[in-house]
Amino acid sequence: MLDRRAALAAFLILAACTDGAPPRSVSTTPSGERVVEPWKTDPFPSTYHAYPGIPTLVTNVTIYDGEGGRIDGGSVLFADGKVQAIGRNLPAPAGATVIDGTGKWITPGVIDVHSHLGVYASPGVKALSDGNEMTSPTTPEVWAEHSVWPQDPGFSRALTNGGVTTLQILPGSANLMGGRSVVVKNVYARTTQGMKFPGAPYGFKMACGENPKRVYGAKGREPSTRMGNIAVDRETWQQAVEYKRRWAKYEKEGGDPPSRSLAMDTLAGVLDGKILVHNHCYRADEMANVIDMSKEFGYHVTAFHHGVEAYKVADLLKANDICAVVWADWYGFKMESYDGIPENLAILQKTGTCAMIHSDDENGVQRLNQEVAKAQAAGRRAGIPIPDEVAWEWLSYNPAKALGIADKTGSLKPGKMADIVLWNGNPLSVYTRPDKVWVDGALLYDAHDPKRRPVSDFELGQPGEGDVK
Amino acid sequence: MRALLLCAAALLCGTAHAETIAISGGTVAIGDGSQPIPSGIVVIRDGRVIAAGANVAVPAGARIVDAQGKWVAAGLVAGFTSEGIVDGEGIEETYDGAAGKSVFNAAIDISTAINPTNQSIAVDRSWGVTRAVVSPEANNSVFAGQGAVIDTGADDTPVTKARAFQYAELGEDGASHIGSRPASYVMLHDALAAARSASRGGDSKDALITRADAAALLPVVEGRMPLVVHVERASDILQVLSLKQAYPNLKLVLLGAAEGWMVAPKIAAAHVPVIAAGLADLPAAFERTAATESNVGRMQQAGVTVAISTVDVSTEGGQRNLRQYAGNLVGISRVPGMTGLDWGAAFATITSRPAAALGLDGDIGSLRPGRRADVVIWDGDPLELSSAPLAVWIDGVAQPMTSRQTRLRDRYLNPQEGALPKAYER
Repeated sequence: MLDRRAALAAFLILAACTDGAPPRSVSTTPSGERVVEPWKTDPFPSTYHAYPGIPTLVTNVTIYDGEGGRIDGGSVLFADGKVQAIGRNLPAPAGATVIDGTGKWITPGVIDVHSHLGVYASPGVKALSDGNEMTSPTTPEVWAEHSVWPQDPGFSRALTNGGVTTLQILPGSANLMGGRSVVVKNVYARTTQGMKFPGAPYGFKMACGENPKRVYGAKGREPSTRMGNIAVDRETWQQAVEYKRRWAKYEKEGGDPPSRSLAMDTLAGVLDGKILVHNHCYRADEMANVIDMSKEFGYHVTAFHHGVEAYKVADLLKANDICAVVWADWYGFKMESYDGIPENLAILQKTGTCAMIHSDDENGVQRLNQEVAKAQAAGRRAGIPIPDEVAWEWLSYNPAKALGIADKTGSLKPGKMADIVLWNGNPLSVYTRPDKVWVDGALLYDAHDPKRRPVSDFELGQPGEGDVK
Repeated sequence: MRALLLCAAALLCGTAHAETIAISGGTVAIGDGSQPIPSGIVVIRDGRVIAAGANVAVPAGARIVDAQGKWVAAGLVAGFTSEGIVDGEGIEETYDGAAGKSVFNAAIDISTAINPTNQSIAVDRSWGVTRAVVSPEANNSVFAGQGAVIDTGADDTPVTKARAFQYAELGEDGASHIGSRPASYVMLHDALAAARSASRGGDSKDALITRADAAALLPVVEGRMPLVVHVERASDILQVLSLKQAYPNLKLVLLGAAEGWMVAPKIAAAHVPVIAAGLADLPAAFERTAATESNVGRMQQAGVTVAISTVDVSTEGGQRNLRQYAGNLVGISRVPGMTGLDWGAAFATITSRPAAALGLDGDIGSLRPGRRADVVIWDGDPLELSSAPLAVWIDGVAQPMTSRQTRLRDRYLNPQEGALPKAYER
């Protein structure tokens, strides 16, 4: 199986000739116009900028570094937007703010790999329902960032109650291929570009199972069954392979550039490995089908989301280097979630599978730390002890890996973004809330300072504005 | 006696109901709003609580259950649910909450649909949820029908109280069914007039509701049955409170009430209890623009009897997560500017307060003497995320602690197949 995949990958790389530096994928048309393989362009670049911060040293604090490390009575120093050092008894540089963290915990900011904030914003009126382009079962051409409403009040709750500093905003799951995701910093901006996580790869949302077949079956068209789901997916991947081949031929031989397809651009980016596949898939058997399909066409599934049955095939996911993205205890709200169990995360962890929590929910995103606490406790009762500092990987480092940004955030390693939460107690307790949240070293929430609490445009001048939410 | 009936019917007759049980040494959480009592004793007999507290004598001959280092708490009462009337929210074939094309509304009696063997009842039971308020959902009327209070016991008699309340929608949801808020009120007044008229032997030929529906609303008008009204907006709450001017006997209960804090003194003055959305803090609809996690705490400070429910927040984890929501209400007490609850008050929002909202707190929802013996031994603080129940009694009957979830867990603790397919592992 591995051989077949390697062979396919080799074929695609050869056929596409795209693995080199940018100049190799730039050609000149007969009219002299330079054309790059279009999926490699970045037409909506991030304009995010870090806000100013003050060099800060937090002392006497319990640290979970996000990669499984723990320091009791430790210190964290950050400045210039970056983590500078963690350890014990760090000296305070001149001019640094020193915060006594006695009785408190410090962790990397929470990362939610599955959010619809902005695309299904509050208030949930039809006019703001922008998460599913439900007009075709495959819409790889749509990009979630063009639906994100950066004034969604949900971003503020995720920050102040949940300590969430980074989110992946995904299209919904009505379509087999729902479109591109966008990774954002949880920092309000006037534009979505102003929230985009600099340098984060795009994700691509796919969906298995009940939703696509229900939505399109109701319209009297394919897919109306699970076999229809896979068939439509495969037909579409085949088109993408051919599209990529045409571009490769053009790269090699010149002439008129192939006509461009936004949909195929996204799929070509996936085949190139530049766009990461996030596949909504509940059932174990459907995950196995998708894995085989990905090998057939030469792409890799980065993560299965909503994998309520991931525990049943934890070994299969591990063998294929696929992460499982799950809830702590959601189950039974549809047929394909009927077999959800609270030990899902723990069994995945025991098997050595990359696993993490997610919300998919504007309420749940405010309590992902609590969801992890429940999953950890369920594991302990099932004889799978997972230390607190290891469980925190489900909240920050593993999500960062799944988003392709683990070199930038997701743990408190020196040089990484200072995306940091100071909690007013043990963050795996129901009684704990964020005390302060920094993003890129800028203090953007302080429980003790009403001015360090974001209020979206929508809530300005409304009843309860400025209320503690 | 219910307990005797249970014993005759259930597999659990091994538990002798005449037996007196003293659960001793644990931290006792009574559920009536009082704070936890260290090293307390809970005595139950014949399906009822005899006594609970610090200075409780162990009756002679009682079987002692050692709960040292544990918590002994009132069973949780889920304040507003679909428990037992659906096998999965999205599995529409199984859902009895919405009456679809039925011409009836207020007369609908949800207690006829309860299936005590469905998965969520077993799961929630093993997580300490011993009673649930179950409601139908409104379709083409302001009125949804009559809700029930059930227990989650592993037996075939789930209904604690049938026709425990009438449920009505008078906010945005109601308007979406009827056309507008004012149209909802016209329908409400017309229906209640028909109920009164029918009770006086009057002619209700002109009424737009069926005879059965009118008859079902009579106990509501007469104040013999609570009317649970779902509204969220402050102005809608005031409109509902004003119904008492036209119908002085109405026993109103507010459901949701996300903006209740804005008019909390008026709710308190009207002596109307609230089954609130515990943590709903988003302006998820325009009628909830002022939603805040401090809502419950502020209403309680104003003197309102407040229970919480999973209304307006995620229900996909099940009613077992009510304890998490209650715990958060304790947690926010430590956040400057927020209003939460102390532990005892928070625990009451998921035990005695939902019972009180429906006038049933004399029978269920706490460990006060005479209440049904719904008792849970937890391995720690029941509101804390790391805790889980070790034992559950409902009506004094020890309950199984297994569910499909524990069976699936045991089957897949090692996911790989062994000598035989997984289907043979059980």
